[in-house]
Amino acid sequence: MIRLDHVAKTYRTRRGDLVPALEDVSLDVGENEFVSVVGTSGCGKSTLLKLVAGLTPATRGSIHVRDQIVREPFTDVGFVFQQPVLLPWRSVLDNVLFSVEMLGLEPRHYRKPALDLLELTGLGGFETKYPRELSGGMQQRVAICRALLPDPGLLLMDEPFGALDAMTREEMGLELLRIWEERRKTIIFVTHSIPEAILLADRVVVMTPRPGRIARVLGIDLPRPRTMDLEFAPRFKAYSDDVRNLIFSGRKRS
Amino acid sequence: MARRVVSDYLVPTAALVGVLVLWEAATRAFHIPNFIMPAPSAIVGEGWEWRYRFLDHTWVTLYETLGGFALSILVGVPLAVLIVYSPVLKSALYPLIVLAQSVPKIAVAPVLLLILGHGEIPKVIVAFLVAFFPVVVDTATGLAATPPELLDLSRSYRASAFKTFVKVRLPMALPFFFAGAKVAITLSVIGAVVGEFVGSDKGLGYVILSATSYWKTELAFSSMILLSVMAIVLFGAVALVERLVCPWLAPAGEE
Repeated sequence: MIRLDHVAKTYRTRRGDLVPALEDVSLDVGENEFVSVVGTSGCGKSTLLKLVAGLTPATRGSIHVRDQIVREPFTDVGFVFQQPVLLPWRSVLDNVLFSVEMLGLEPRHYRKPALDLLELTGLGGFETKYPRELSGGMQQRVAICRALLPDPGLLLMDEPFGALDAMTREEMGLELLRIWEERRKTIIFVTHSIPEAILLADRVVVMTPRPGRIARVLGIDLPRPRTMDLEFAPRFKAYSDDVRNLIFSGRKRS
Repeated sequence: MARRVVSDYLVPTAALVGVLVLWEAATRAFHIPNFIMPAPSAIVGEGWEWRYRFLDHTWVTLYETLGGFALSILVGVPLAVLIVYSPVLKSALYPLIVLAQSVPKIAVAPVLLLILGHGEIPKVIVAFLVAFFPVVVDTATGLAATPPELLDLSRSYRASAFKTFVKVRLPMALPFFFAGAKVAITLSVIGAVVGEFVGSDKGLGYVILSATSYWKTELAFSSMILLSVMAIVLFGAVALVERLVCPWLAPAGEE
């Protein structure tokens, strides 16, 4: 579904210096595949998502989504960020409807699906609340509902659970998988948690920083539906060691 | 609950009454003449005597203040939008705005009155000049405070810049705008009075000035009290509008 072909991205700082953020990134992501991207800060993970979404142009190389070259934003994408970035003046329901509204669709037709999504994510009955009345985890669920409402084929998640406490984080990860089982879509999930990356994904893309490169792509052969106990499986541990080694060996070189 | 009533209302009221009683007693005990320090009773008495004339003067100062305030919003908000959306205009306008702010308005007032002549319009202009700065700066800060993720999100949905402005940036800036407006309304009162000081024959500022030249300190005091009440009421009105426009800002547990 997505093909990145020798993609590079260089930013220009205010002083005019060129900073390479990504170099020679090639990656294929299949339809309805769950791919996580893991690496330390500054390895260009967020840049990768912006490139795929067409929010920023690549300096070199090409990006295709469904055989269409990406040059500008396209509407088949849902975005979830580390912060929920909800609109504080809107109720939970109106926040979920924000996505279809910005897409120029008629929000009235999406009330029912929006309420269904809130129900699905355990927020039934909260639709008239303001975001500040919700916990961080609940706010992030609203942000996920907002991204899912127009039913995009591609979901881009930029450390979506990074701001949550460890326990909520694990719970949300499995919940995301449950939603994904019900409404299949392609997900690129950026994280800096190695266990999270392995637990959720079909494949883990390991990146190293300065400039951001793909060190390796690991296929994760663990049974679905995934559960928390998988983290104690020997195979999980082996994957986790592999990822760790890739990240740290990359560090030593630089 | 009862404890809150005591600490929130009873204690401050008792303190105020105590000060007034001490003040009244001191002026009587030491036979202080009214023109040096009038007793509270004399201030209230004089104010009551002037009640009909005060109506006119208060009205003049009120509409000079409101005129200046309205102008500061009508000019300040569009300026803030221009500054936030155009880097070129920002570098052109910002120094000018800061310069306009740094000139002492009391120094400008006589010149303005010289240029614009007498009447209420020059006072409105002075009130505007004193009040517009916080509106511009706070609104611009608010417009720039939209999280970049939300702007990315709008862009990924291919929403127009105008739609993003109306649905995201403008409401995001509202609390900042109101912070500026609350400062601006109290500054407008000051601006209107400064304008009246420089040259006028109407308004509470004029009453204060002429009262002091006739040694009628108690009259000056009652005008001052009226001005303070006016400033407090106007501030409260802006705060009320803020509450109505931005109900989501109410402290938790109040609705």
